[in-house]
Amino acid sequence: MGKLARKVAIIGAGMCKFGRNFPLKRNPDMWVEAWIDAVNKVDNGIEPKDVDACYVGNYSSDLFNHQGHLGPQMADLVGLTPKPASRFEGACASSGIALRQAIIAVASGIHDIIAVSGVECMTQLPTTGVTDTLATASDDLFEYPAGATFPGLYAAIASAHFHKYGTTAEDLMRVGIKNHENGKENPFAQMQQSISEIMASKVKSYEKQGRDVPVWKNEFDFLKSSANPMIASPLRLFDCSLVTDGAACVFIAAGDIAKKYTDTPIWITGTGQGSAALSLHDRDEITSFIATREAAKQAYQMSGLGPKDIQIAEVHDCFTIAEILAQEDLGFYEKGKAVEAIKNGETHRNGSLPINTSGGLKSKGHPVGATGAAMAVEIFKQMRGIAERNRQVKFDVERALTHNLGGSGGTCVVTIYQK
Amino acid sequence: MSEVKDITIQSYLEFIASKKLMGSKCKKCNEMYVPPRKLCIKCNSIDMEWIEMSGKGKIAAFSCIGVGTTFMEKKGYSMKKPYCFSVIKLDEGPMVSGQLVGVDETKPETIKIETPVKVKFLETEIKGEDPRIDLGFEPV
Repeated sequence: MGKLARKVAIIGAGMCKFGRNFPLKRNPDMWVEAWIDAVNKVDNGIEPKDVDACYVGNYSSDLFNHQGHLGPQMADLVGLTPKPASRFEGACASSGIALRQAIIAVASGIHDIIAVSGVECMTQLPTTGVTDTLATASDDLFEYPAGATFPGLYAAIASAHFHKYGTTAEDLMRVGIKNHENGKENPFAQMQQSISEIMASKVKSYEKQGRDVPVWKNEFDFLKSSANPMIASPLRLFDCSLVTDGAACVFIAAGDIAKKYTDTPIWITGTGQGSAALSLHDRDEITSFIATREAAKQAYQMSGLGPKDIQIAEVHDCFTIAEILAQEDLGFYEKGKAVEAIKNGETHRNGSLPINTSGGLKSKGHPVGATGAAMAVEIFKQMRGIAERNRQVKFDVERALTHNLGGSGGTCVVTIYQK
Repeated sequence: MSEVKDITIQSYLEFIASKKLMGSKCKKCNEMYVPPRKLCIKCNSIDMEWIEMSGKGKIAAFSCIGVGTTFMEKKGYSMKKPYCFSVIKLDEGPMVSGQLVGVDETKPETIKIETPVKVKFLETEIKGEDPRIDLGFEPV
């Protein structure tokens, strides 16, 4: 399996504030903000003339915004034309793929520095339009007529995981509670509130409306109540990631050049990508993603590291059950054992393996095509020790991993970072 | 004997419309596929034949969905009236997706994985659209 032909590093990374930004901000606005934020993170500065190409990850601007051909559009906005500009699509793994392709192109010697862009503006469409657009990443011919939605597919995966390993709805809730606690500490997150703060604000709004004020004993009590409706059993509203507009930017540079821009490049030592049949029914296993296992195997092999070496990770928690599967498929925990680790606080930001310190897709938000690049932004911040507010982990991060999943597991990109 | 249909998605859908659940079987390695494949991904053979499934299987995964697809909303399902999406492992081996009926969708805890089911072709008539038949299942 492949090796990087020359060293590759991240020299700067940034993002815009995630949220329901439309119509105040559209893709071009958000991308320019992300670019400026990333430029500001390059210690010795960077100019468009230093950048050789623009790789854009975007899932479905065609359907969300009636705009295709994003490569040159994004390149032009930051002064990169007439250099090569391309768009990459792999559902929610789109900018993970753009990042990986940039790594490969820089390692090959074709380019020295590439600006990786992740953009998605989802809220331009009403909710039904968003649901239908997302559904095009699943199997339209055989899953759609059976009633499959994205939450429904992950819910079916959860049902099988519950049956096989005894996982419970409370185990899922712990993932959401943890990620909201992290998102609260991220000024770029869409929902900067813990679950208990959300409960308090709900009580306040009920009081204001003169409605009966509910009494919830604790977070679990709230999450099991009608205030958290069942979307697709066993997944409730707070098991689902958010509909978000956002953009992120990552500068990838060749090893010998990186030192010109910063004394502390974040090295990329492993990249892997895997695939699987679009339909759950066409796979051998429902409770494990083969695309994740394949991508992880490649990335670990390339870096010479194993799951035990990883100190922090950003994983694709599009639904709470997905974070559990990722922990298992990445080899952090044995199958069926991840929930115990969550219960013990191991994946909390002060635990032994902090996962999704950014707040994850659950709380930071999930502008699908921007998610992979935004994961790299969080890892960049954590490894540099510049994560905002109170979410910086308390130890020096030398080895980290991102896991970016597309659709219901049809695509996966895993990246490994070292200092 | 009638003409043997080419192994295509359209042929499979036409079989469903005539209430037959058909798959393809590799003549070389005996692997079976539903929906059918024209190319065996186990042994690379293209020597495939149609085979009718018994329609019997077990629930492998399911979810009772309240926020559904546009198609299911048109069929009258809603947050108050969820439907059940399921993945069924057929007795012959392959898995397929289908709506599961004859269960209490408002009480997902009463639906159990590995429950035996049999095929039920679901006829749908939506005003202004052609009537259609989709693959579904119900408990035995």
